[in-house]
Amino acid sequence: MTIQWMKGVDAALREARAKGKPLLLDFNAAPM
Amino acid sequence: MAAYVSENFIPVKIHIKEQPDTFKRFGAQWTPTMAVLDPEGTKRHQFEGYLPAEEFLAQLELGLAQSAFAHEQWGEAQERFRAIVQQFPKSDAAPEALYWAGVAKYKASGDANALADTARQFKEKYPESVWAKKSSVWAA
Repeated sequence: MTIQWMKGVDAALREARAKGKPLLLDFNAAPM
Repeated sequence: MAAYVSENFIPVKIHIKEQPDTFKRFGAQWTPTMAVLDPEGTKRHQFEGYLPAEEFLAQLELGLAQSAFAHEQWGEAQERFRAIVQQFPKSDAAPEALYWAGVAKYKASGDANALADTARQFKEKYPESVWAKKSSVWAA
């Protein structure tokens, strides 16, 4: 299983509110 | 790890080159930085640097517990903090979790014995922790 990371914070915030679920923000600088 | 993250969070990956403004918006100044936000978008926990898997999981659990605490869900907060102590007793998160478990119990009950009990537990489990110093004033 892989994590389905979102990229847009605002869309994620809307989803979090709708689902009542916390957000996990991963701020990184890994090679793209 | 992937299943745990997916089950408990809406996960968002933010790359410094792609979204520097989002770094500023949430006060991230180093990488890696992980932040746990409650469903309303308020930051409840943040930690920087790479961690071994157990420490990483314990920190994520701390974020969930702190989110419950901030919403005055004392029962859930207490359970989550205590679970950290039980599941990750040697982690750096455990003494902090023990401290806040005591506070959550006190908040729920109004009984100061909850704090005194916590101070006693620190003497047994984590006497050298900074959280033991913080709780020392609770000792009866």
